[in-house]
Amino acid sequence: MPCSDSFSIMDKIRSLRMEHITKRFPGVLASDDISIDVGEGEVLALVGENGAGKTTLMNILMGLYQPDEGRILINGEPVRFRGPEDAFRAGLGMVHQTYMLVPNMTVTENIALGLGRNLPKRPGHLDLKAVRKRIEEISQRYGLAVNPDAYIWQLSVGEQQKVELVKTLCLGAKFLILDEPTSALTPQEVDELIALLHRMTDELSIIFISHKLQEVKALSNKVTILRHGKVVFSGNTDDYSSQEIAARMTGHEIVLPKNKGTGQKGDVVLSLSDVTVMSDRKIPALNSLTLDVRAGEIVGLAGVSGNGQRELAEVINGLRKVESGSIRFFGNEIANKTPREIIDSGMGYIPEERNTEGIVPPFSIKENFVLKDISSPSFSSWVLVDGKKIDSTAEKLVKRFDVRCPGIDTASGSLSGGNIQKVILAREIERKPKFLVAVYPTRGLDMGAVEFIHSELLKLRESGIGILLISEELDEILDLSDRIAVIYKGSVQRVLDRSEATPDRLGILMAGVQE
Amino acid sequence: MTKGFRIAFRCTIIVIAAIAAVLIASVILWLIGADVSDTFFTIVIEPLSRMLHISEVLIRAIPLCIIALGISVAYRSGIINIGAEGQMAMGLLAFTGVALAFPDVPRPLLLPLALIASMIGGGIWGFIPGILKAKLNVSELLSTVMLNYIAAQFYSLCLRTIYLDPAEQVYGTGTPQSMKLTENVWLGRLTGRLHYGIIIALVLAVLIYLLMWKTTMGFKMRASGSGARAARYGGISVGFWLAASMAISGAFAGLAGGVELAGVHRRAIEGITNNYGFSGVVVALFGGLHPFGIIPASFLFGLLIYGSTLAPSKVGVPANIVQVMQGIIIIVIVTAQMVLSNTYFQDRVWRKYQALRKKEG
Amino acid sequence: MLAVITNMLSMCIPFSVALLLASLGEMFNQRAGVFNLGCEGVMAMGAFVGMLIPFLAGHGGAVSEWYNLLGFAAAAVLGAVFGLIFGVITVTFRAPQGIAGIGLQMFGVGTAGTLFRHFVGGTQSIPGIPDVDIPLLAKIPVIGDIFFSHNVVAYLAYIFVPVAWYILFKTYWGLKVRAVGTNPRAADSMGINVSRTRYEALVVGGALAGLAGAYLSIAQAKMFSDTLISGRGFIAVALVYFGHWHPLQIMGGALLFTLAQTFQTIVQSMGISFPYELAVMLPYVLVIVVLSFTSRNQTTSPTALGKPFNREIRT
Repeated sequence: MPCSDSFSIMDKIRSLRMEHITKRFPGVLASDDISIDVGEGEVLALVGENGAGKTTLMNILMGLYQPDEGRILINGEPVRFRGPEDAFRAGLGMVHQTYMLVPNMTVTENIALGLGRNLPKRPGHLDLKAVRKRIEEISQRYGLAVNPDAYIWQLSVGEQQKVELVKTLCLGAKFLILDEPTSALTPQEVDELIALLHRMTDELSIIFISHKLQEVKALSNKVTILRHGKVVFSGNTDDYSSQEIAARMTGHEIVLPKNKGTGQKGDVVLSLSDVTVMSDRKIPALNSLTLDVRAGEIVGLAGVSGNGQRELAEVINGLRKVESGSIRFFGNEIANKTPREIIDSGMGYIPEERNTEGIVPPFSIKENFVLKDISSPSFSSWVLVDGKKIDSTAEKLVKRFDVRCPGIDTASGSLSGGNIQKVILAREIERKPKFLVAVYPTRGLDMGAVEFIHSELLKLRESGIGILLISEELDEILDLSDRIAVIYKGSVQRVLDRSEATPDRLGILMAGVQE
Repeated sequence: MTKGFRIAFRCTIIVIAAIAAVLIASVILWLIGADVSDTFFTIVIEPLSRMLHISEVLIRAIPLCIIALGISVAYRSGIINIGAEGQMAMGLLAFTGVALAFPDVPRPLLLPLALIASMIGGGIWGFIPGILKAKLNVSELLSTVMLNYIAAQFYSLCLRTIYLDPAEQVYGTGTPQSMKLTENVWLGRLTGRLHYGIIIALVLAVLIYLLMWKTTMGFKMRASGSGARAARYGGISVGFWLAASMAISGAFAGLAGGVELAGVHRRAIEGITNNYGFSGVVVALFGGLHPFGIIPASFLFGLLIYGSTLAPSKVGVPANIVQVMQGIIIIVIVTAQMVLSNTYFQDRVWRKYQALRKKEG
Repeated sequence: MLAVITNMLSMCIPFSVALLLASLGEMFNQRAGVFNLGCEGVMAMGAFVGMLIPFLAGHGGAVSEWYNLLGFAAAAVLGAVFGLIFGVITVTFRAPQGIAGIGLQMFGVGTAGTLFRHFVGGTQSIPGIPDVDIPLLAKIPVIGDIFFSHNVVAYLAYIFVPVAWYILFKTYWGLKVRAVGTNPRAADSMGINVSRTRYEALVVGGALAGLAGAYLSIAQAKMFSDTLISGRGFIAVALVYFGHWHPLQIMGGALLFTLAQTFQTIVQSMGISFPYELAVMLPYVLVIVVLSFTSRNQTTSPTALGKPFNREIRT
């Protein structure tokens, strides 16, 4: 490569070892004496439940966190990374789970940002031409087409991931770290990515984080399983079956409950017809969307994130303005009603961002339980708050939903994700809703919490409540739903019965292909 | 982490913060060649030496307390009201207007009427930035400052024109001020110049406590302030409570003006607001945004403000020094709070401390 | 009538310089994600120090231009130091920026007033800096008066507008500043030192605010008083919103607001009886009106504005 001299960094990475890494966060031992080892051209799958410490370990490898104990060796030499720039220089590159791109800059500018001081430049001048040339080289070499002049916010999730890969390679990575690279992709895009990564292993070593076992089997040579910050298993991928790996991941057999219900459907209780809604950027987020949900059924909404899921949930709950169309809830029009009116009409809601939308973090657990009902006669008389009633309800809910906490006066923000989600779920169920909108209800939770939440959702369904389940986990949707609607660019592509739905079929629909 | 360590950690940070504040103030004093210890003595200790001084301190603590109570309500609702200065001026104007318009109405009616007018005047002036923030997302920090300047100009304009003392028109010394207000709007005095406003301030503190922690309105305001998004998702009209809390906050500042006028000055003159609006922010923060912290805090800052008026003649230090101190105190408080709430930092200190103990023992 | 308008417009450029410099400085702060409401206080300190040096050197009388230059330099350095202090408070300790800014403003205004009373005493004027006619251009009728007959600093300030644009959009430093103000986590993952970049932007912003203050005291008012700044620092912050964080639009805003400020002078010079106070209010009212129209749906705003960054805390 003619231009690559100015970027060339160091020799190949023949081996990379992390030895006895320990990292503490307040109240958590995120990494507990972890050792891993990757050789040239190898692919290591780092597997474990959410919260097992995979990302923390990789952030340590990239110099983003400093380990409290342990060391990193490259080609047998101990190295110390004070920041990501040191890791880049050593030839490491990471694609984070949430993409690390600046949305209001172009692809070229984003990559220039990372190249930084390695840019051939006059003092102070930003040589975007050289960056562009570099991007073109990398794109051609690996078959990763990106438009260097596009702004990041204009790109789809899949395209952004390509940008991330190009960026990492432009920075001279000889060792790739990928954090849950497939979580936001359709099944077809996943296949493409796996093929691409396979090709790359000719030149690179890869660590990738995942909790999806098909990918682990398809891509990796070696697998290391973390649980609660510890290595519980490591070995060659081919020697073990998916089931064996799965069993070691959770530590005990968890079989997620499934919707085994039959199609005894009730009346349509929530009915959206031709709903059009604008996004924050003032472009249409929902485009004449039409969807019905009946009493006693779970409708799963599948789709690549960013196709209007957030807006759909918000508009049903009165948090976003309806431009046109109608939303009927038990026969009444609720479009553009206030959130209060919609809550009072019996809508339950598990919002996407549990920390900022589901709970008021500095508020105590008991205060969050009554967030929606402080003015109801159950918790106050006239304007005076009834502390005793709130306390007794809170004690009851903490027990019934097994919220692990020091007490009902604990600030909710200090709880773990799973416990926060239980607080939200407890509040919504205690309100006896007539309908529930659940958005990414298990995102980032460990299997125990997932199991709990899934079985609660199924219980609600049994009791005759309609549920709209929005999720990016196809497994979750396939496990729980009676019917599955696929959303693409703000419209429902198709609604399938559970019996007709397969991951592949859903994937094609999610990518916008009409059947 | 042991409880003892936690307490020790807190105390250490607070002591360091206090030392830092005193040190920075000392540097400024040293720059102007003042005797540092004499100055602190004059400002902090001397006013406590005589009853007369103490009553002057209390007189200044009254408007501070009322304003800070209002500011704490807004702050807890998620909006920083630095417009109390302007809201107080509008309260003064409303109070004066009522007093000038109905001089013959008997006191039991007129005094409450004028005080309510001052609350309405300040309340409207607080409501404007509140509603602008709620509906149009206008930064309250900027809008309230602008409204301060507007109110100050409007206040001068009124004193120079419609409220101008008729005697001034005849003799024409050119002082913009109103005539002495009717005795029917005066607040009685306990001793010296100390007036019944002190009772009003204490009662209001209790009322604010009840409002914020024992009523559904307080719950909704605190929820809006602690997590606006979640509160909105929970069916609380955050915008409404923002505007309402600012109206309450403004009403308190306006009332502080009314009480000050009724108890101390008894005629509208320039300079009554005396930076109380800004000092109120410091008092509210220093009092931990809690009514029962604000009461002692307002006494402390009443002391600083009064002490600093003694400083020019006694130790040759300009009275502006109080503004310097308030600035330092705000900065130190918010910084120390961040250190205290930084669990990562606390954790690191704890581990260092443990390592040290291991080494020794 | 023409004379009045020419006169008004010719005041516009020199009177807008302080606002322009301060808001360009604030623009750098905010582009890096720090909202510095202490601008007013920094300007007060800059104004005081800027005036103090020529005042002490000439005992109130004429001084060599070098002392004025020294005044500007001292104000810039002091402003930079204030920027650094604000960095310690908001970047290192991650204190909430709004209220910390109010603290800095009180501290700056208070300290300037205290030191002024000690070192200068009452109202004292200094000679200031002369206007320079640009050869030929200044002779053009009307246009010459409006554009080409001002003091050197005013010209420099306007030349700085395209420079600021270049720095922000065409240099690597500008790229870093924009990145840490929009997605600090991404910048961090790419090896950019977020705190350091924010500190740098704060130092630049502080220096510019200091210069702005010094301009007010040295070139414009030729004196210092407690009310010299009278909210210009806050207006400068508002101008950044108004100008959508873009140097050229900020320049337009600075001119617009200066026009509003000179309104009072015009009214007087035209002999219209209009309450003085209402004329003085105008720019403040204008700020509120303008913010009401521009604050909603800010899609261009640096999205991390006002948010402290902590690598170890996931959001």
